[in-house]
Amino acid sequence: MTNLKLCATAATIAFTATAAFAETEITWWHAMGGQLGETVNQIAQDFNASQDEYKITPIYKGSYEETLTAGIAAFRAGEQPNVMQVFDAGAATVIGAKGATIPVQDLLSNNGADFDINDYIAGVRYFYADSDGKMIGMPFNSSTPIMYYNIDALEAAGVTPPKTWEEFQSTTAPALKDAGYVALSQSHLPWIFTENFMSRHDLPFATNNNGYDGTDTEILVNNDAIKAHFTAVSEWKENGMFEWYGTGWGDNQKPFEEGKVAIWLGSSGSFGGLLQKDLPFEFSAVELPYWEAVTTEPTQTFIGGAALFAMSGKSDEENKATAEFFRFLTAPETQYFWHQETGYVPITEAAYEVAKKDGHYDRFPAAEVGITQLSAKAGENTKGYRMGFYVQIRDIMNREYGRILTGETDVETAFKTIEAEANALLARFAKTQS
Amino acid sequence: MKRAGFDNIWLPVALLLPQLMIIAIFFYWPAGWALQSSFFLQDPFGFGSTYVGAENYTSLLGNDQYKRIAWFTVVFSVLVTFFSLAIALLLAVKADKVLRGARTYRTLLMWVYAIAPPVAGFLGILFFDQSTGPLTKFFQMFGWDFKLGVDYNATATAMVIVAVWKQIPVNFIFFLSGLQSIPRSVREAAMIDNRSATGRFWQVTFPLLAPTAFFLLIINITYALFDTFGIIDALMKGEPGNNPMTLVYKVYIDGFRGNDLGGSSAQSVVLMALVLILTVFQFRLLERRIHYT
Repeated sequence: MTNLKLCATAATIAFTATAAFAETEITWWHAMGGQLGETVNQIAQDFNASQDEYKITPIYKGSYEETLTAGIAAFRAGEQPNVMQVFDAGAATVIGAKGATIPVQDLLSNNGADFDINDYIAGVRYFYADSDGKMIGMPFNSSTPIMYYNIDALEAAGVTPPKTWEEFQSTTAPALKDAGYVALSQSHLPWIFTENFMSRHDLPFATNNNGYDGTDTEILVNNDAIKAHFTAVSEWKENGMFEWYGTGWGDNQKPFEEGKVAIWLGSSGSFGGLLQKDLPFEFSAVELPYWEAVTTEPTQTFIGGAALFAMSGKSDEENKATAEFFRFLTAPETQYFWHQETGYVPITEAAYEVAKKDGHYDRFPAAEVGITQLSAKAGENTKGYRMGFYVQIRDIMNREYGRILTGETDVETAFKTIEAEANALLARFAKTQS
Repeated sequence: MKRAGFDNIWLPVALLLPQLMIIAIFFYWPAGWALQSSFFLQDPFGFGSTYVGAENYTSLLGNDQYKRIAWFTVVFSVLVTFFSLAIALLLAVKADKVLRGARTYRTLLMWVYAIAPPVAGFLGILFFDQSTGPLTKFFQMFGWDFKLGVDYNATATAMVIVAVWKQIPVNFIFFLSGLQSIPRSVREAAMIDNRSATGRFWQVTFPLLAPTAFFLLIINITYALFDTFGIIDALMKGEPGNNPMTLVYKVYIDGFRGNDLGGSSAQSVVLMALVLILTVFQFRLLERRIHYT
C-alpha cells in the first residue's frame, strides 16, 4: 500500500517535472526541396539548439502550389501548422483570407520583439504587406530574377554581358551564335518576362495600384512594351538566339549547365545550387537587361520566392514560439547563413552589412546582384502586385507563351486571351472575398 | 427448383450495409458537396462565399480552353481505347497459338500490369527525355522535332503511347482467357467450314469474344478518362503550361492547384453527368448486340 502510494507520488512528481520543462512545439510547412531543404533543416536545428523552451519541426510539403493547397485543406480541418510558407503567386489568396493568419508585424510586436519595417531591405518590404503597408508575411526565401552567364562562352564570342536587350539583340546574341552557342534561355516566363518586365520598366501591372487597393482589379498585361518584347523573343527563337525548353524550370536550366546555352535568366536563389554543381565552366551574374526603347532608367524588380505566414487559431504560447522563431530567423547571422548557402537575398539591412563586411561579395560578386537589383531605384509600380487566383493566371500566361513560341498563336491574339481570361478570373476571385 | 431466400429481412440488409455505406461515404456524400459548392464562389480558406447560381457552369460553356480540353479528352480516349484493345487482341491471338514457352511469353506480356500509372509516367519521361530519350530520337529520325513539354502534339503523342502501353496487359489477360474458354469443338467445326484464318477469326472467334470485348471497352474508356491521371501528371512534370490535359486533370488543376473550388466542382458535376450518359448509352445500345453464352 505504501509502496503504491510512493509510486503514485513519484509518478506525479515525474509528470509535473516533464510538464514544467516541456518545450512548446511548433510546426513549419515548407516547399524547399533538395539542397534548400537541407538548409531549412539546419536553420530549424540551430534554432532548437539555441534555446530550450521551443522546438520547431520543419516539414516538406512538396511544391509551392502543393504546400499552399495542403495548408488550406489543413486550415479548414483545424489542423494548420504554426508557420506556413506561401509563394509570391499565392500571396493574394492567403492575405485576402483575413483571419487565416496573424500579421507578422502584430505577432512580433505583441510578443515583445521590436519591429521596424525599415530594418528590411527596400525590395522586400511591401510585397507581402497589406495596402496600408503593414507586413503580413515574413519574407523568407526572397529572390529576384537575374542574368547568369557562362564566362568562357562570352569570352569565346568576344562580348560582355549585355546591359540592354537592344545590345543583346544587335551584338551579344549574334556573336554567341557564331561561337556555336544558343545565346539565351530563361526558366519562368510569367515571373521573369512578365511580372519583372513590368517592374524593371516601371510599368503598371494591374489597376488599383497593382491590385493592392481592392479586389475589383484588372490586369494591364496587354500593353505595347511587353508585346514588343515577346515579338522580339520569338524572332530570337527563330534565328537560333533563344531557346525555350518547355514550362518546367529545370528543363531550361539544364542546357545552361551543360554549356549549350550561354546566358540563362534564373533566380538569384539558384546561385547556391549552381555553385555546388561544380560546372565545367566559370559563371557569373549581372542584373536583368531592359529595353532602352521603353526606359533609360531601369527600376528595381519584385521579390519572388516565398514568405512565412503565422497561421491563426494557435495558443498564445505557440504564437510566442513562432515569434521567437521569426526573431531568430531575421537575426543577421541566420540570414547570412541562409544567403551564403542558397543565394537567396538577406532580408535585412543588418544581414546585408554582415555579408559585406565578411567579404562574401569579394569572393562571389554574383551573390550581390540580386540585392543591388532589388535595391535599385524604386518606381510607382515596383512595390509588388496583388492578384487573386494568380496561380491560374500564371498558368494561362505559360500556356499562351508556349503557344506563341511553338507558332500555335501570334503575340497579339495571345495577349488578348491572357487579358480576357485573367480578368475573368480576377472578377471571380472578387466574388469569393465578400 | 427451390428458390433460395432469406426468412428475415434484416439479414440481407445487414449484409448489404457495409457496401452501401462505402458508396454513401465515398460517392453520394462528396458528390452532394460538389453539387452544392458548384453554385458558389468560395474563398479557399472558407471565410466567405457568394451564391452565383449557374455562373460556374455558364462560364465553362463560354470558355474556349475548356472546349479545347474536352475535345482533347475525346480524341485521347478514343485513341487510347482503340489501340490498347487492338494491340492486346492481336497479342492475345498470337500468344494463344504459341505452344512452346507459352507461359514465358504470357508472363512477360503481363508484367507491365504491375506498374502504377505514375511510375509508367516517369518511365515515359525517361523514354521521351528532350535530349537523351530513345523514343525522342526515334521520332526525330523521321524529321519530327519531337520535344516533350514544348510541342503540344509531341506531349499528346507521348501521353497516348504511355497510356496504351500501360493498359495492354490488362486487356491481354482478359482476351487470352476469353480465347481459351472458346470450346475446342467449336474451333474445329469452324476449321472445316472456313479455311481462311482471318475469316474464322471474324466470323466465329470474335463474336464469341464479344462479351469480353464489351466489358473491356467499358473498362478502357473509364481508364482513358480517369485512371490516366497519374500518367498525365507525371508527363507534365508539375507544370500545365501549354501541355494537353484531360477533363479530370483540369478539375484537379483548378481545384487543387488554383484553389477555385466552385469552378472545379462545376466541372466535376459536368463530368459526372457525362459518365452517367455514357453508361446508359453503353448498356442500352451496345449490350443488345452482344450474346452471352
